[in-house]
Amino acid sequence: MDQMIFAAEIFLNGLMTGVMYALVALGFVLIFKASGVFNYAQGVLALFAALTLVGIQQGQVPFAHMINAVFGTHVEHFGWTVPSVLAIILTGAVMVLLAFLIEKLVLQHLVGQAPIILFMATIGLAYFLEGLGDVMWGANIKNLDVGLPQGISESIEGVTANWFGYGFFIDRLDIWATVIAALLVAALVAFAQYTKQGRAMRAVADDHQAALSVGISLRFIWVMVWSIAGFVALVAGIMWGTKSGVQFSLSLIALKALPVLMLGGFTSIPGAIVGGLIIGVGEKLFEFFIGPMVGGATENWFAYVLALLFLVFRPQGLFGERIIERV
Amino acid sequence: MKLTFTAFAAATLMATAPAMADLVVPNLSYRTGAYGANGTQYADGFNDYFTLLNERDGGIGGEKIKVPECETAYNTEKGVECYEATKDTGALVYNPLSTGITYQLIPKVAVDKKVLYTPGYGRTSAKNGKVFEWVFNAPANYWDGASVAIKYLLDQNGGDLNGKKIALVYHNSAYGKEPVRTLQDLAEKHGFTLSELPVDAPGQEQKSQWLQIRREQPDYVIMWGWGVMNQVAIQEAANIRFPMENFIGIWWSGSEVDVVPVGAKANGYKALTFHGVGQDYPVYDDLQEYVIEPGKASQGGEHVGSVLYSRGMYAALVISEAIRKAQEIAGVSAISPEQLREGFEQLDITPERLEELGLPDFGPEIKLSCDNHGGSGMARMQQWDAEGGKWSLISEFTEPDQEILAPLIAEDSDAYAKEAGITPRDC
Repeated sequence: MDQMIFAAEIFLNGLMTGVMYALVALGFVLIFKASGVFNYAQGVLALFAALTLVGIQQGQVPFAHMINAVFGTHVEHFGWTVPSVLAIILTGAVMVLLAFLIEKLVLQHLVGQAPIILFMATIGLAYFLEGLGDVMWGANIKNLDVGLPQGISESIEGVTANWFGYGFFIDRLDIWATVIAALLVAALVAFAQYTKQGRAMRAVADDHQAALSVGISLRFIWVMVWSIAGFVALVAGIMWGTKSGVQFSLSLIALKALPVLMLGGFTSIPGAIVGGLIIGVGEKLFEFFIGPMVGGATENWFAYVLALLFLVFRPQGLFGERIIERV
Repeated sequence: MKLTFTAFAAATLMATAPAMADLVVPNLSYRTGAYGANGTQYADGFNDYFTLLNERDGGIGGEKIKVPECETAYNTEKGVECYEATKDTGALVYNPLSTGITYQLIPKVAVDKKVLYTPGYGRTSAKNGKVFEWVFNAPANYWDGASVAIKYLLDQNGGDLNGKKIALVYHNSAYGKEPVRTLQDLAEKHGFTLSELPVDAPGQEQKSQWLQIRREQPDYVIMWGWGVMNQVAIQEAANIRFPMENFIGIWWSGSEVDVVPVGAKANGYKALTFHGVGQDYPVYDDLQEYVIEPGKASQGGEHVGSVLYSRGMYAALVISEAIRKAQEIAGVSAISPEQLREGFEQLDITPERLEELGLPDFGPEIKLSCDNHGGSGMARMQQWDAEGGKWSLISEFTEPDQEILAPLIAEDSDAYAKEAGITPRDC
């Protein structure tokens, strides 16, 4: 009986963890859907967004280290702090500017190139942004606090203790992440279905050439999609950065999104969510039931093996579009 | 044109390569990648101590010290590349701050005849100098750390851990697995139950492990983490309301970068250390005068006094003392790696000598020999004060349990000797 109660707790925590994975996977899906590009830099975008948010919030002077080295000055901070909401809005603006620059300096020059070329360009972009983030804001680990609560939810613990005699652990940050992810997905779906720009984005996703022929600007759509992906990266960066502090490892959360994408499909927003939930729950339950028999640390292994099975039997993922090539 | 190019190439080489008379101590550092925040501070301390010796004393025995830096990003392949790229520049000794890189370099340094110094990390059984002629890991190694942690807990529990439950949360890598066998043997000896909880690198997600800890309610948690794993573990411990004073990290899980991101909830967290904390030592006055104020500090002196900075500085101090001893034995100032190895084997950093160096009671006495390359293994406990934003030392230097460790070291080093075809030296 105890095992079942513990498994229920793990199931709930797995769902919440899955939402955190899905937040990262969403950014990949958006860009892949609109441009067919697998954006290797999505994890680094989350790191860059979180670094920028903390930098703005704490009134850090960007490129301070470089300025001090060149001019012999000792500037570090502007001497003010910025409220969280304003800092998030300003960071969003920086991500839009970044999207514009990426389109202008990278993507525009690669129109018509094979997807592998665009993929390689995003690898270069990832390395560039890693360095840029460090040079702009420094390599120290930064504390990110935008007022999100963290720690055990005592109300859930109390209720489950009354029901089962064992209080469940649910992190309040995970609850917030779930709510925010749900709102984000609803907003993205509404945007794609009911706005002119959203429909244009879907048209580009369906057929670049046809979309161009009816007057849709590919450049505008790319800037828009990268801006949205940048905003999603900011949300993921806030959630993961609140947990661990903002540091380079944040960019590695992209590794957790890969199996989610293989499972859910690279072109489906609901697929990213469902894939995230399956991976989150699956890896946690596998670790709970099977982990102790094989020495533990099975979570990464499980996620990738499950993704591999999908690649063999359903390569387009659960919700992805089936690719049929006629030769 | 050809002549101009040759002259240019020669001038470039002269400018970049150290003069052969310099003492070359390459710094295989990592300032980028997942562990860059940790590596940067250590590298700064390492560089700054040698800068201090150059600026204040004119080097060691009249020889300036060159510290060419090579970025490894904590990547084993890059670490080996750095070693290969610097070994023919007159390099005397390597300190790569990575157990993975150390394992790759151990067979190489024996062939190339370079000293490998791995304080507090690397292959534990390298303490056996009969087998590992070129490797030194004083003042303490991982198994010493595990034993001192248990001794501390014994002390806290009136000498009895019988029936207690201890969980080990460890980085699922060669580094993280190092203490497992030692703790298993100590569990058998002292009657406590050990549960082992591996965490996959980098350690951003640890929910399963901490839910298990919440269910099993161990009396103590010991952690062998590095990088983001530390911050997440301390945060998760706070989330499940695990008492911080019962949570102990190895020295690589006990720096400011591990606790500051967690904020006030990290208060009371403990970690092992094999050196002092803070800046209340005379050497920092000299660093201020000769290195920081003249603008010669690595990275502008941003991390002076942090735990990892102090550890890097301490590693440089031990190397410089070994160089000094080697010069004394050889009677020359421009020593070779072979002579440095002799210097290490006859190293004796007494408390009096540490005081002369401006670091009274900073580390344990380090007395090495042909067969003992690891020193006494003494370590002490530090505790985080979140409000004050500083670590405080809460125990004296404690010796590990050699009754348990000595047979383990012998077993592991003998196995390596057989595997590598090494005949142990007579010491």
